[in-house]
Formats: sequence, C-alpha cells, structure tokens
Amino acid sequence: MILYSEELIGSEESSLREYRKIPKIIVAKLGLDGHDRGAKVVARALRDAGFEVVYTGIRQTPEMIVNTALQEDADVIGISMLSGSHMTLVPMVLKLLKDNGAEDIKVVVGGTIPPDDAEKLKEMGVAEVFPPDTPLSYIVKRIKELVEERRK
Amino acid sequence: MDYSFKVFNREFIEILSSIIEAWEKEKIEEGYRDRKKSFETESGIPIKNVYTPLDISDQDYIQQLGMPGQYPFTRGIHYNMYRGRVWTMREFSGFGTPEDTNRRFKYLIEHGETGLSIAFDFPTLLGIDPDDPRAYGEVGVVGVSVPTLNDMEVIFNGINMGEVTTNMTINPPAPVMLSFYVATARSQGVPDEKIGGTTQNDQLKEFIAQKSWVFPPQPALKIGVDLIEWSIKNLPKWNPISISGYHIYEAGATAVEELALTLADGIEYVREMIRRGYKVDDFAHRLSFFFASGVQVFEHVAKFRAARRMWAKIMKEWFGATKKRSMWLRFHTQTSGVELTALEPYNNIIRVTLQALAAVLGGTQSLHTNAFDEALALPTEFSAKIALRTQQILAYESGIADTVDPLGGSYYIEWLTDRIEEEAWKIIYKIEEMGGMINAIEKGYPQSLITESAYRKQKSIEEMRKIVVGVNAFKGEILEEEKRIPLLKIDEEKVREQQIQRVRRVRSERDPAKWRSSLLELERAAMRGENIMPYVYNAAISRATLGEIMGTLREIYGEWSEPIYL
Repeated sequence: MILYSEELIGSEESSLREYRKIPKIIVAKLGLDGHDRGAKVVARALRDAGFEVVYTGIRQTPEMIVNTALQEDADVIGISMLSGSHMTLVPMVLKLLKDNGAEDIKVVVGGTIPPDDAEKLKEMGVAEVFPPDTPLSYIVKRIKELVEERRK
Repeated sequence: MDYSFKVFNREFIEILSSIIEAWEKEKIEEGYRDRKKSFETESGIPIKNVYTPLDISDQDYIQQLGMPGQYPFTRGIHYNMYRGRVWTMREFSGFGTPEDTNRRFKYLIEHGETGLSIAFDFPTLLGIDPDDPRAYGEVGVVGVSVPTLNDMEVIFNGINMGEVTTNMTINPPAPVMLSFYVATARSQGVPDEKIGGTTQNDQLKEFIAQKSWVFPPQPALKIGVDLIEWSIKNLPKWNPISISGYHIYEAGATAVEELALTLADGIEYVREMIRRGYKVDDFAHRLSFFFASGVQVFEHVAKFRAARRMWAKIMKEWFGATKKRSMWLRFHTQTSGVELTALEPYNNIIRVTLQALAAVLGGTQSLHTNAFDEALALPTEFSAKIALRTQQILAYESGIADTVDPLGGSYYIEWLTDRIEEEAWKIIYKIEEMGGMINAIEKGYPQSLITESAYRKQKSIEEMRKIVVGVNAFKGEILEEEKRIPLLKIDEEKVREQQIQRVRRVRSERDPAKWRSSLLELERAAMRGENIMPYVYNAAISRATLGEIMGTLREIYGEWSEPIYL
C-alpha cells in the first residue's frame, strides 16, 4: 500500500503560534452556491492548526471578500467553489486586490476546478489551487508556506 | 392480522447460543487475526465478526417485516416491486440555455431514460433573473437558466409532457417553476390529470444543508405547503414535495443522521397540512422522499429499509393514517456525489455501480446515477450515457431486480436495519423535544450535527481509518488519459447574453396592464396569508419573470441570513 506521508494536521501548531503574529485567513464561498461542506472542513482544519480563521459564510461577492480581507488585514484569502463560475468570479477578486494595492494578499482556490482552469487561474495570479481530494494536511502546509512567503 | 411470532423458537436460540459460545472459544484458541482493531459502519455502528439468528432473535417477522406491499413495508411498498416494473431511470440534467437542455433531454430519452430531471442554475434556484448583478458569472453554469415561461416552453419543445414525468430540483422558487411547467403542459394540450412529476420543494432541508434558501424558515414552510395544497387539488399525479435527505448526506451527515433529519422534516410538513385542516389520508399519498446512496452498500440498504418502516409507523401511529398509500415511503435516490474522486476519475464508474446497487437492493422507486466526471464538471454526453447504462445493466443483466428485497432475512441486514432505526429515533425524539424542526433549525442543531460529521469523515480519510482507493491508498503514477478527460465546457458569457436578451424581450412584449395587476394581486394575497399558488400561476402566465415574482414575495416575507456554525 502506498500512502501519502505529509504530517497530520496540527502537528506544527506551536511553531506557527510563535511566528510574529498568528497568521490570518479569510475562508469564503464566492458566488451563489451554498455547498459549504468543503469550506467549513478546511476552515476547521486551519483553525486547529493555529490559524486565525474568518469564515464569511455563503453567497459572497468579490467586493465583499476583498473588503473583509482588507479590514481584517488577512494574509490569505481562501475561496471555495464548486459552482463552475470560478473563471468569471476569481479574476474579479484578483483585480479588486490590485485596485486596492493589496496584491500581496495571497489568494488560494479550492473545490471543483478542472485541471486546465487551475493552470489558467495560477497564470492570472492565484497562488495555489486545491482540487478535490487534496489532503487537509497538505492544504494547511501549503498555506503556511504562503504566509511565510508573504511576510518575508 | 395481529399475530406476533418470533422467527426462531427459544429452544433453538438456546442451542445456538451454546454453539456460538464454543465457537468463540475455538476462535481464541486458534489465534485470531484482524485487518484492523475495530470495524464500524460510517454512521459509527460497530460491526461484529459474523451475524447469526441470535442477532435477530427478537425480531418479529410479521410485525417488523411483513410481506412486500404490506405494513410496515420494510420489504418494499409493492408486492412485486421490480418484477412488475423496474425503477424510473432519471438522470439529473440541465445546463446552459434552454435549447442546450432540450437537446440533452432528447439525447437521454433516445438512450432509454424513462423520466426527466431538471437541474437549474443558481440564479434560477435563488429566484433572480439573468440580468440581476448577483447572477453575474452563474447563468447556465450548474444547470439551465429558466427565468420565464418562454424558457420552459423551449426546454419541452418536441417532448410530450403527457408522456414523460419530470423532476424539478427547485426549492424556494418551486411555486414559480411548477407554474411554468403546468402552463407549458397545458399549452401542449395535456390535461391536468396527466401532468406527472415532482417538485423538490423541500424548504426545510435548505436551512439544514443545501443552503439555497431565500425566505426565513417559517414563511418558507408556508410556501412549500401552499404548493402541496394546490397540487392535491389540481394535479392528481403530481408529487408536490420530495423530502430530501440527499443534500443532508452530501453536506456530511452520516446515513443515520440523513434518515432521521429527513423524516423529522417530513413530520413538520404533515403537521402543517393538518393545521390547515386536512386529514392525513387526504394528502399523505402524494408526499415523496429523496435519499443518497453511498458506496457502503449494506449500511445504505439497511437505511432504506428502516426508512420505509419508520415512516409507516409515523403515519399510522402518530398521525392516524388508515390508507396503505398514506403509509408508503416512496423515494428517489441519487448516488452520492461527494464519494466520487477527482483523482483517477474512471474509478467512479465502479463506485456509482455499488451505490446504485445499494439503492436497488433498498427498493428505490427512481434512481439517478452520477457520471464519473462529476467531481470535475457537469457530465458530457459520453459520461451521462455510461451513467444511464450502469442502471440498465443493473436492471436487465444482473438479476438483482428479479425478486423482491433479496437481502431480506440476512442476519446482518436485519440486525443493521434495526440498529439504524433505533439510532435514528433518538435524533427524531431529540428534535421533538426541541419543539420540532423549525425550532431545531433556529437553534442550529441539525447544522452543527452535520458540520461535525463532515469534519470527522474527512479526518478519518486523513488518518487512514477510511481508505479511498487512488486517493489516500494504492496511489501510483497518474496516466495522461486520466488527467485529461474531456470535460463539458459552458460559455457562460454567451449563455448570459442570450438569456438576458430573452428575458428583456419577454418583458417588452407582454401586456403591461395584465402583468402589473397579476403581481399586485399576488402581493395582496401574500399579505392576507392566503395560498399564493393561484396568484403565482396567474403572474407566470401574464409573463411575469421569475425575478419579479420572487421579488414581490421577498418584499413581504423577508430574507434569511444564516447564523454561522463552524
């Protein structure tokens, strides 16, 4: 049996807490879709790993998400989508960040994103795309890296 | 018939007990291996090594199982089930423009589909028009866009609505979509007695799981029941509601939680109809249900059998139903989408087969099998065809449809059915203690239950307690052809353009006086607390748009915003 070997959630919790200040992430459902299982599971995993998580709830517009991120001084925006409208709505988030001079806030997208679209989103400036089946431990680890990158 | 017998007599049970005792001893002496420390179903019910008559020695065949078609219907609602007619094969479909969806429907009918099922896009699900700014990026993406009666007419162009039955997965705007549907059928010359199908119209489930709510719980329930009342009077073949566990399961609930919460929702609808002065036998025969079927075959088979028995008891013992049909739990099943994987997507064909097998062994009336690419996008013609073929192979090649309830009497299945029922009652009683489902929702009880279970399920995959082939185990090199499977692409901008043009044309071509008065009458009826259905229908045929009708109702009933449970 071949297993994945990433460390499990929460194991580096203490080192994260010591890091300058607690990293902060906005977890949001972008668009009209209400399927929030994935967003909530990821939000909880990040919280358990020592992040400060602001979960916005469902039916968020790009404006709402960017405003929250600016007000909360977030390191990362995590967008959860399985409605298929990511190619229209995610670029709007990126543009709004840019318009507000906040391109340094990292944007990650998770959910039902076909591989071709994932590549295009990354070209547009999305820091990471997590397709379905991504282990929570990997999501946590990768977002931690992005926070460190941003704070360098 | 008031017989009460145990299947196994006391003498036999005593002898069997001593045989089992000796077997346990032998097992220990010989050394015993186990793949893992403990085995349990996904709902957390511990599973034993083996099951014997001892595990069901308390079961009373006549009282708890009976014969198919007889109370409490554990073995099926019909006496011959699929020997008479196989289940309805109903693939959920709809995308892009009404023209795109019309083509897909004809394609599926041509390949032997026996019932239609419309998937609507998010703007339609939430009752807004395609030119509403909130609809930007979402028109025609996850389903078809239907903002006007004209759109429904296009979807059914060339399809005889007197011959097919249609399921519409629509909730807060269900009164509007049903009006569009009935108006279209009537314009085809189909008599009301022949208009058949289902509106999902399960308003309560939206607050628990799917979250495409519009109005707050109390008015939402009122609207749902308005539709039920109107259908009972006007459309004898229509299933006005499909009380849905599917979304509850998909949001992370266990099979037991799905079962309990769904029946608890059902109880609330029945109570509301009774409050309006109906007798349970006047309407209960038109209530229908909708469940998920998972890859854990036995747990889901047991869930379906327990569901039938529990609903029969609720209807007879709680609400005093006397007609057999009032006690029937008729249900549609969809194979679980969250159990499908984006990695190695072709494996999903096998998962769907197992899920569908569970649904059929559980006695479903209608089935939707997911396509293997649905963890990535909406199905293509190719993947939709395989999904349909899966059902046809089960129905006509496998032999599983040739006798009723083939797993009935299995020591394990009977034991598990009893256990699932027991666990589900606990949750139902808890909701009863809270004062019913609306109160429970307002307190966030079902929402927290599901969020907790979703997290637990995900952790069990991460911690390798649950194996998902190709995802956390047996991972190898991913082949190029699995990475680049052909996916359905929707040109949202193009669809949006067309739909905005159509909705604007409809607005400019209708009779403004008729349109205005129909919306005004709807507003007044809603304010008086009357049944809104006749007024929604009039607004629909005066070519008011979905957004306008729902906007009128929003003004009166308000909108719901959810307290967040994490």
